Amino acid sequence: MKDKTDTDMSSAEKQPLRSGAQCVIDGLVKAGCEVLFGYPGGAVLDIFNCLYEAPFNFVLSRHEQGAVHMADGYARATGKPGCCLVTSGPGATNTVTGLATAYMDGVPLVCITGQVALDMIGNDAFQEADVVGITRPVTKHNFLVRSADDLPGIIAKAFYIATTGKPGPVVIDIPKNVQKQMTAALTPETVVMRSYRPDVPINAAEIAQFAELINNASRPLLYVGGGAISGNAAEALAQLAHKANIPVTTTLMALGIFPETDPLSLHMLGMHGSVAANYAVDHCDLLIAAGARFDDRVTGKISAFANKATIVHIDIDRSSISKSVRSDLGVHGYVKPVLEAVLPLVKPAEHTEWLEKVNRWKERFPFTYPKNDDALMPQFVIEQIDAVSEGKAVVVTDVGQNQMWAAQFFRYTRPRNFITSGGLGTMGFGLPAAIGAQFGRRGAPVVCVTGDGGVQMNFQELVVAVEHQIPVVVVILNNGFLGMVRQWQELFYDRRYSGVVLSQKGRAPNEQVAETSGYLPDFIKMAEAHGACARRVFKEEEVGPALREALASGKTWVIECIVAPEANVFPMIPPGAHVAEIINRTV
Amino acid sequence: MKHIINCLVENQPGVLARIVGLISGRGYNIETLNVGPTEDPTVSKMTIVVPGDSHVIEQVTHQLSKQIDVIEVVNMTNRRHLDRELILVRVATESHNARAEIVDLAALFRGHVVSVQEDSVTIQMVGNQETVADFLCLMKPYSIVDISRTGVIAVGREAPGASAAKG
Repeated sequence: MKDKTDTDMSSAEKQPLRSGAQCVIDGLVKAGCEVLFGYPGGAVLDIFNCLYEAPFNFVLSRHEQGAVHMADGYARATGKPGCCLVTSGPGATNTVTGLATAYMDGVPLVCITGQVALDMIGNDAFQEADVVGITRPVTKHNFLVRSADDLPGIIAKAFYIATTGKPGPVVIDIPKNVQKQMTAALTPETVVMRSYRPDVPINAAEIAQFAELINNASRPLLYVGGGAISGNAAEALAQLAHKANIPVTTTLMALGIFPETDPLSLHMLGMHGSVAANYAVDHCDLLIAAGARFDDRVTGKISAFANKATIVHIDIDRSSISKSVRSDLGVHGYVKPVLEAVLPLVKPAEHTEWLEKVNRWKERFPFTYPKNDDALMPQFVIEQIDAVSEGKAVVVTDVGQNQMWAAQFFRYTRPRNFITSGGLGTMGFGLPAAIGAQFGRRGAPVVCVTGDGGVQMNFQELVVAVEHQIPVVVVILNNGFLGMVRQWQELFYDRRYSGVVLSQKGRAPNEQVAETSGYLPDFIKMAEAHGACARRVFKEEEVGPALREALASGKTWVIECIVAPEANVFPMIPPGAHVAEIINRTV
Repeated sequence: MKHIINCLVENQPGVLARIVGLISGRGYNIETLNVGPTEDPTVSKMTIVVPGDSHVIEQVTHQLSKQIDVIEVVNMTNRRHLDRELILVRVATESHNARAEIVDLAALFRGHVVSVQEDSVTIQMVGNQETVADFLCLMKPYSIVDISRTGVIAVGREAPGASAAKG
């Protein structure tokens, strides 16, 4: 705000002094913060005091975990860093799951936590926790600020670190006395760090080798991950795929980076990926991993994964290359410049035979599900979201079966329109992340696909959507179970449904509650109590109209779909197995 | 195989915890770890000895490099280097002969007697990993009462970049 004179450093003494708290606000403004999610407390009162006049929105979550997931959803939907602010002790420890979620998926966040005064640290003071210690393994970096003089520089560094290289969350822990301390220090214009240089020069020799591998391949396959989305590589990817006719499969994290309506798209790969994608991995002679990290949910049995293929791995995170699957050529760099560099060296190719083979798999094994006259199928609900929103919805999922069906039965055509906790698999992520996404994408239809389990983990955040007129449509696929765990118990534990029953009628007699509507909790009453519109649907013909009404209303909606209780997610490659062991009971 | 990894890090509070946390959190072992200042007061050097095959060491190296406070990581094992460790070892001298033998052996390894007690003798000895291991092997029959080791430190024999080793 007041750093107009920062070209004249000699006048630093004349620089009006700012408090540490004011430095925080100014640093956020300078970093382009549009919305700050958070929750106040004793150790951040000074920052909240300055926030009173801040030129950006503050959104009060109802739990700190919700605030971090909102900032995360905002970041994933926009590509800009998410910002959140919480107090010390419990406020900060409540952010841990949210930070770990963002860390695993490489989402840029800056999380500011209050801390007890410097001279109190280590004394077991009220609401004290070693936040830098606790968050170290779940953040890209973290800072404990020891002087307000360092604060402007640290805030600039935090945003720089969060948004460059492989993005990730950064925590800034600010003791209360530092917030009050006055300083003349200015927010720096640029950040240069000798210990962190995220820009990697393109290695011409690697690119040449990469091009040669593509030109010599007869069965190439692009396996694209979340790094391609954070690196904005959609166009470069499409150009390469089309020039050399290379089919494309994406991870869960990269859905939408390549239009699934394109004939070259094989949809998602991995445990619940398409049969065609997994067969293609098994048969290809060149696997180009672009911003993907060979997660165990993708590879299954590592020794058998793509074992007929030469593997090229493009990643900005050098430690990701050859971490779990040994690659023949590692190309260290951002996906987009690497693909752009290789493109002119790639010769146009047809790969007719390979594409015919791949297309036969696609035709023979589409994503499908058994029809059920008695019960609404959850997959049908996802297809309806796609149809009613004309493919434009930003789909934000929770974790479990709802997440997989949302991945399988909606045809994604744009990056950043599918938002999910992939790496950590955080239940409770969906609802707050959807709210955050809508804050970043005001005009877009945002649909949260969640389950009766996950939605209860952060239901309290619904009121945030209502009070900020956030027209998120929350679709609860209520099957009365913790569905994915139940599915594993059905398939691998002899149908012993231990600890997964949510519905009243399925519970033990001594746990059944008399005189209820049969729905406990009653999501409709809950939604209405939070000020949202709500409807419970049971039949196929009710789904489309409910979605249409909700999406047109401009209001926060909850649509509870009572779905088939024991529907399963197929195809499924059992954990640690090879594609040959795929289970595909779709009729 | 053991690898000696030198790490130049920002001399800031918490950096040691960051490095140790990273290595233990990812399931690697640290055999020895030594930290000291360098000629630049803002930079510290850590020497970490990690056992593991080349894949493990490659991962450790990349994970260390990824840390924001780490300026440079060099696997000294891959290049011409000198490594030394200092040990202080107190050995029981149950007989007069034993004391004489221990002092003789120490002399062969260029160790010094730094303290003599009625029933023990303390030797200071400096050597590379192999020499230290050999010496301790010879001391074993005399019953080692106490031992303190600095952990390995290492320097390259030539300027960085002079050898073909990778970081």
